[in-house]
Parts: sequence; C-alpha cells; structure tokens
Amino acid sequence: MVPTPLALAGCEERLSAVHPAGPAADLIATLWWTMLAGAAAIFLLVVVLLVLAFRRGEGPSDAGADRQREMVWVKGFGLGFTMTVLAALTAWGLWIGERLLPRPGPDVVAVEAEGRQWSWRFSYPDAPGRTTENTLHIPAQRPIDVRITSTDVIHSFWVPRLAGKLDAIPGHVNVLRVEAWEPGEYAGVSGEFSGTGYRTHGFTVIAHDAAGWDAFLTGEMP
Amino acid sequence: MTEKRRMTALRLHKALYSIWRNDPGWKGVFTTVNNNTIGNMFILGATGMFLAGGILAMLIRAQLASPQSAFMGPEIYNQVFTMHGTIMMFLFAIPFFEALTIFLLPGMLGTRDLAFPRLSAYGFWCYMIGSTIMIIALVAGVAPDGGWFMYPPLSSSAFSPGINADIWLLGISFIEISAISAAVEVVVTVLRYRAVGMSLDKLPIFAWYMLVVAVMILTAFPPMILGSLILELERAFDMPFFQAENGGDSLLWQHLFWLFGHPEVYIIFLPAAGVVSTVLPVMARTTLLGYGWVVAAAISLAVLSFGLWVHHMFATGIPHMGLAFFSAVSTLVAVPTGVQIFIWIGTLWKGRPELHLPMLWILGFFVTFVMGGLTGVMVAMVPFDWQAHDSYFIVAHLHYVLIGGYVFPMIAGIYYWLPVLTGRKRFFRMGETAFWLVMVGFHGTFLLLHWVGLLGMRRRIDTFEAGSGWELINLLASISGFVLAIGFGLVILDIAVNAFVAVRGRRNPWNAGTLEWGTPIPGPAYNFASIPVVNSRYPLHDHPDLPVQIARGEGFLGEPVRNRRETLAVSVSRGEPEFIAVFPQNSIVPFVMAVVTSIMFMAPTFKWWWLSGISAVGVTALALVWAWSGGSREDEGLLDAGRGVSLPTHNEIPHPPGWWGSLFLLLADSVLFGSLLFGYAFLWTVAPNWPPPRILEPGVLGPVLAVGGAGLASGGIRLADRAIRSDGSAWAGVLVSLAGLVTLMAAAATVFRGTTHNAHAYDATLWVIAGYIIFHATLAGIMTLFLLFRIRAGYLSSRRFGDARVVRLWIDYAVLVAALGLGAAWLPGILAEVPR
Repeated sequence: MVPTPLALAGCEERLSAVHPAGPAADLIATLWWTMLAGAAAIFLLVVVLLVLAFRRGEGPSDAGADRQREMVWVKGFGLGFTMTVLAALTAWGLWIGERLLPRPGPDVVAVEAEGRQWSWRFSYPDAPGRTTENTLHIPAQRPIDVRITSTDVIHSFWVPRLAGKLDAIPGHVNVLRVEAWEPGEYAGVSGEFSGTGYRTHGFTVIAHDAAGWDAFLTGEMP
Repeated sequence: MTEKRRMTALRLHKALYSIWRNDPGWKGVFTTVNNNTIGNMFILGATGMFLAGGILAMLIRAQLASPQSAFMGPEIYNQVFTMHGTIMMFLFAIPFFEALTIFLLPGMLGTRDLAFPRLSAYGFWCYMIGSTIMIIALVAGVAPDGGWFMYPPLSSSAFSPGINADIWLLGISFIEISAISAAVEVVVTVLRYRAVGMSLDKLPIFAWYMLVVAVMILTAFPPMILGSLILELERAFDMPFFQAENGGDSLLWQHLFWLFGHPEVYIIFLPAAGVVSTVLPVMARTTLLGYGWVVAAAISLAVLSFGLWVHHMFATGIPHMGLAFFSAVSTLVAVPTGVQIFIWIGTLWKGRPELHLPMLWILGFFVTFVMGGLTGVMVAMVPFDWQAHDSYFIVAHLHYVLIGGYVFPMIAGIYYWLPVLTGRKRFFRMGETAFWLVMVGFHGTFLLLHWVGLLGMRRRIDTFEAGSGWELINLLASISGFVLAIGFGLVILDIAVNAFVAVRGRRNPWNAGTLEWGTPIPGPAYNFASIPVVNSRYPLHDHPDLPVQIARGEGFLGEPVRNRRETLAVSVSRGEPEFIAVFPQNSIVPFVMAVVTSIMFMAPTFKWWWLSGISAVGVTALALVWAWSGGSREDEGLLDAGRGVSLPTHNEIPHPPGWWGSLFLLLADSVLFGSLLFGYAFLWTVAPNWPPPRILEPGVLGPVLAVGGAGLASGGIRLADRAIRSDGSAWAGVLVSLAGLVTLMAAAATVFRGTTHNAHAYDATLWVIAGYIIFHATLAGIMTLFLLFRIRAGYLSSRRFGDARVVRLWIDYAVLVAALGLGAAWLPGILAEVPR
C-alpha cells in the first residue's frame, strides 16, 4: 500500500480513490502514483528545454542544421521519446486492466445492484428474495461480482475505496469486480449525473467477516 | 517615381473600395458579406459568449466556495453548469476560431474574400440568433439542465418533460449551421482561392491547420446533429430510439455524441496549434522547424481523433478487447501532439526568442497544456479512468487542456494580429499584468481540483458536505477563480482600449513573412489591391517590396475594369491561375434567411409544426432567390486577368465554386447518413429487445419503383447535361430526371406503409431512413425545377453548364442514398424470406 501524502481524518477519506481498501482500488492507486511521478519528470524536462531555449544564442540557419534539428526534435524527442513512454505505459495499463476483470473462480460471490432516481436496491442470488435498500452487504476478502443495471436513467456504481466505477444502464447488465481487504463500512455514490437528486444518490457497502456474511445470508442479520 | 507609385496605389484603392465596400450606416451591418466585417462582428459575438460562460463559471465557484451552500438549489445549479459547458464549447470555442479564421484567411492566402461571402454572413447570423435564443432561455429559467452531453434517458421526455432539453437539441443544431457553413467555406477557400504560385507546400501553416479542422468539422458534427435530430423525434413523436423496452439503447446517443465530442476536442485544439505554429517562429525571429512534419502531425491527429471516442465511455461496460483498442489509440494520439510540442521547442532553440506579450501567452500555453496533456494520458489508461471519470479530476484536466491549449494561444493570436485587426499598435500595457493574474488564478483554481477529484468529489454535485476534506481546496479554487476572472476581464479591457484609443501603428510591426501583413492595416474591404505572386512560404521576407507591388496593382486583377467584385481562383495543388470568380454584392438575403431558419428550428420547441413548415417553405424560397442572383445570361469568353493572362469567369468552367461547395457539404451529409446506418446496425446488434416483433417485407412495388426511379433520375440529368453542352433542348432530360425523383420518393414512402413509427426502434429507424431519402429527393427535385427555369431564362449555354453539374451532383447523391438506405431497410426482410 502506498503511503498518503496528506494526513487526513478517517471521515475525510471515505470517498477517496487514493486510500484503497481493496485490491482493485489499490492497483489503480499504484498506477496513479507512478503516472504522477512520470508526468512530473516529463513536465520538468519540457520546462528545462524551454528555459534553455531562452538562455542559448541563435543557432545556425542553413538547411543542414535544420535537418540535424529535425533528427533531434522530431525523430528523437517527438517520435522516439513519446512513443517509448506511451508504449510502456499502455502495456502496463492493459495488464492492470486484465487483472481487474471479473474472472470466474470458486469463491466469487455475485450480488445485484439496481440504480434508480435516487436510491439503490441490492439483491443476492445466494439469498433469494432478500433485497436491501441503499446498503450492500458483501463478505470481506472474497471477490464480488456486482451485476449493475438501472430501471430509469443512467447511473454509475462507484465505491472509490474498493474499485473504479461502472455504469448502470437501462436494458444492460454490467459486471464490476470488487473486493474489500477488511470487514467494515465503505461509502458508495452514483458517478453519473441523474438530475436534481444526484448529490445524495449514495449507498453504503458493509463488508462482513465470514461469520457475519453467513448470518446475513441466513437472515439473522438485517 | 515614388509619388507616381503612391498615386497609382491611391487611385486603385478608391476604385476597389467603391466596388467592395459595405453599405453605409446600420444597413451595412445587416447586408455585409465582407470577411473583415463579418470576422470582426463574429469575434465580438464569441467574446460576448465567453463573458456569459465566464459569469456562469463564477456562479459555480460561488456556489462551491463553501460546503452546504444554499446560494442555488439543484434545479438552478443544473442549468448553470449545463449552460456553462454548452456556451463555452458551442457558443465560444468553436465560433471564436471560426471568427478568427474568417477574418484572417483571405489575408494569409492572398485573396480578396472567402469563397462564399453570403454563406459567411448566413452562418454568422445563424450563430448570433441561436446564441441569443440560448441566453434568453437561460435568463428565463428554462435553459437545458441535463449536462452538456445530454445523455438520454435523462434527457428523454419521461425524465425531462419541460422545453429545456428541446431548446438544447434544436438550438444547438441550429447553431451548428454556422460551423458547417464556415467549414465548407474554409475548405473551398484554402483549396481554390490563393495567391498565384502558392502551391500546397507553400501554404501558410495556419491555413493547413484550418483545412484539416474544416474537414474534421464536416465529418465530426454530423453524428451529433443526427443524434439531436432523433432524440428530438423521440421527445416529440415517441419514436423509441433510446428506450430499452422498445428496442432503443441509451448507449446509441453516447456513441453518436462522442463520435462528435472527441474529434471536437481536437477541432478546438488544432486552430490553437495553428496559431502557435504561426506566432512562435515570428517571436523567435526564425522559421518553423519541420513544416512537413507539422502538417503530417496535424493530419494524423485528425485521423486518430476519430478512433478514440469510446474513451469517454470506458465506464459503460464496453468489452475488454474494445477498451484495449481504444485505450491504445487514446495514447497514440499523444504522439503527434508530442511531435508538435517538441517541434515548437526546437523552433525556439533554432531562433532567438523574444519575450513579447504573445510569447508570454505561448509560454503560458506550454506549461498549462503540457500538464493537461499528461493528465490526458493518465485518463487514457482505462483502470485509472474508472476512478477519475466524472470526478473533479476530469474537470481539472479538461480546463487545463481547453483553457491552456485553446484560450491562451488564442489570446496570443489576438495580441499578435491586433495590428491587422485594428490598425493600431499596443500602447497601454495592462496586458502583462493581466497575463500574470490569469496564470496565478488559473493554476490556483484548477491544480488542486485534480486532487479533490481523487478524494471523491464528483462533477455536477450542487454542493458538498462539511467534513468531506474538500473544503479548503474548494475555497482556494473559488478565490483563485475570481482572480482568473479578473485577469480575463483585464485582457478583454486591454484589447478593447488598445483597439479604440491607441496610436496608429506601422504595417508589419513583427516583421512577419506571411501575406496578411502585406496589406494596409486594418485590411481594406477588398484585402488585396491585386492578387500577389509568391514563390516561398514567407513571401514578405523574400520580397520586402511586395506590399507596394500589390498596392500598385502589379499582381493579378490589378485593374478593376469590369466594375464588379472579382478574385482569382487557382489550381488545387500548384496554385496556377485558373478562373476569375465573380463575387456577390451586399445582400440582406443571408440575414433574412437566418431569421426564417431560426423560426424553422425553434418553432418545434412549442410544437408549432405549422410555423416550422411555413418557415421551411420560406427558407427554400430565399435559397432560390440567393441562387438565382448569380450567373450570367451571356458568354463572356476569356477575360484579361492581368500580367498577360486571360481566364474565363467561374460561370464558364465545368465545376464552378458552387459545385465544390456542394461536394464538401455532401461529405458532411454522407457522414450523417453513415451515422444513421451505423445507428441501425448498432441497435440491431447491441440494443436489448431485438430483433423487432415485425420485420418489413420489401414486396415487389417498392424495389421496382426504386430501381426505375434511380435510373430515370440519374439518366435524365445526364441527357440534359449533354443537351446543354451542345446547345440543344434540355427540357426532356430535366423532366425525365424530375419524374425519376418523384418515383424514388414513392419507393421510400412504401416503408411507411409496412411499419409504425413508434412501435419499436427498428420501425423508428426505418422511418428516419425513408424520411432522409424523401428529403434528399425533394431537395434534388427543387434544384431540378430551378435548373429548368434557369435554362428558360438563358443562364445556361454550351460554355455555361456549371449549374447543371451542381444539380447532377445532388441528384446522384439522392439516388445513392436511396439505393443504400432502401437496401438496408429491406435487407432483413429479404434475408428472412431466404430460408423459405
């Protein structure tokens, strides 16, 4: 896990993508910090090159010198440098994307999330007939496939500390893989504008330990 | 000698001025067709919209300065941010560079006006009227409130019952007329109206950029125009394009919108890059490094930008392989951008950069845009985008790119070209102060908003909770936002003061090499007293005496003997003189037509279909008046074009400017049609609740009518064309063609009989396809009738048959879309019958 640069109170990081509480959000946060470092380096390079342009004298202006410059600036920096950086980054991004895919496995738990203006209804194939409003129950330390859809307009299922967001679209079902490292409560919100009630269109994810999850499935717990 | 030279120049100026000038007084404002006047008014209008959008931005920052703000409720706030985005994208960014281009292009290319002066005026008035309507809607509290990208089903009538969404869909479509018309104008002007000898490899780099941008507008805007049209059809007539339960799909809108929306980002960036490529070398006292590479980078950026629209939809559940492809293209697009950045830095290294005000703004552009580009690469990574999407990270990113990558270079450009715009040199020095205010204000506002986005603050929320950890950053952003606003206010004030009260300046103060600096400042209505001959990219550097030669009429068309507006058209690639274009006089028709067009577009807001219908007839009538006023009833033969060259007028060549304009308009039209077929295929393969319960059976009558109609229509106009060229009677051919078009309409109408418009998205799509065919057959039919009257009035001869070629082009297009459209509509029915 990557240390955070700012000391924040617990309440303040409840929707933070850079305070991951599960493997998907963690991978993405690592990607972010790495990209930030790389971007800062490239930015500095550009600034240094700009400053140097003002500190040097005028160069020669014959055709040969221009060909030389095209080698350096177009083929060297423009094509060579940018393509190398981008190719490496894209490959890494794709690799992370692969790891975030909802792959089948023995301990995968499926839950269903249905967005509407402005609430969320969750249901559980493992406990048929069981539905909860605005609270999603999951077991901790197990991969969860959230099957997301909408009954009216487009919404988006987003629990920043666990994973990225995925849209709830009427007529479609999208599957998002989430997992929580620890039992606890995680804040979720809709990430797609949906009209006047958009701001409060949130929900809570409760991750149970194994015993708590069994209790939930058998209906011993609300 | 010098005295005599001056006399010649003065006499020529007087003669040309009386031919090209606007009508005096207020009348001139409404009848002008001059690129300088329209460019100026357009720049003022777009600046006004920037102020309007800026005021909305200040309202947003006021609302978000503190948590739990009660300044605006969500009903108002939603209108404010929707209109902020809509105004800045559609009413400021695109119109502003169009305005600058309309103003600058003839000067840069060494010609007297744009290819279609009345079209410039019409586009401008459509823009002004449409913008005014949007602002009125905002003040009246019925502005759009569904976000600037208007996603259905939120924008469908079930969830947005008022007229707010209709105003967006109809108003923006109406305003897009100005974008499309400016694009047609720019393409034809750059390709045909240039100084003699200005081959494509000697084109000023800005003109290259604008050529690329114009083609992009023609190919990117149609998908959104189609999207707006079918969403409005859904709202008005319940045709279920976006309703999942009846076979529609809200994702179709997103595809159509972002097919436009992402190229749009580059449509906005490329003109700014064109400004940088033009201004930066002059500021560094050198020439642009790697001209060919810059052109190649601009073109590849344009091509790639059409392959990455899906990166706005990474969170919509696109399959992983698709995401990988679009992610790769999204990063690839950074390569040509990087090439341009490094070429500009290399150009600075090559020369001796000086810190004039335009250069300051370009440096501001570098710092800001590079940061925006880097965060852009970050969000091109799908996993990161899943977190950043629709958060304030994106808000920050897009403002870095759009303000840093567009507004800053445009301000650099305005300061750079200020002498050409106003004829004055900068005297008051508020500009530097304004620059630093903007820089501090901008980064203060947006830099930390990236972070607050990662802390989970979503876009478009009307307020936030205390204790969220976002308070301090938002307060800082709001304070800086007001500093930024003051900075921009000072920029505008500085430019205004310098435009009206500074001292007269000398010509070409920057010692630039391109032709717009070779005319008196500010440029006279005719721009060039004679059309110059050039043989390099920087003609004023090679021939410092060129402006005097131009003024003395030593170029082409230096003697206005025929007392009409004439300019020279050249061959596309090599820039050799080809014909004399005769330009129209001042006219009120473009203004009146824009007013009537606005009624046609906006009446459906209130379901006043009758009014819209009457206005459509009015627009058609005005268009016919417009088209009738051109042309000639007699052969003029070859005319003296100066420098010992004789050329025909545009009336006596096979493919007149109107043909070229039609060709590029049809390019846009065909993209719209292609988008329609894409939508049909998309719904069929992706949308839920397909296949439809009932499939149209083609039968026998429809196909027979279609084949017969197509043959008659395209055969008839060819007969007529041949008859005109041999001075024979063209009536028979024209009438056959007309009969063919009517038959095509009947063929398309059979689709209506076998379907119900609101039963299923399939039926609705077929209705639009059939409607599209009937519309184009009608259009071609009206043109054919027009041709008939032109023939009767003696406008066509064996030398003057361009009108017939234009009509032939439109008839062929109608036939083509009828064949493709009806084929697509009948194909499922045919396939269904095959097994039996």
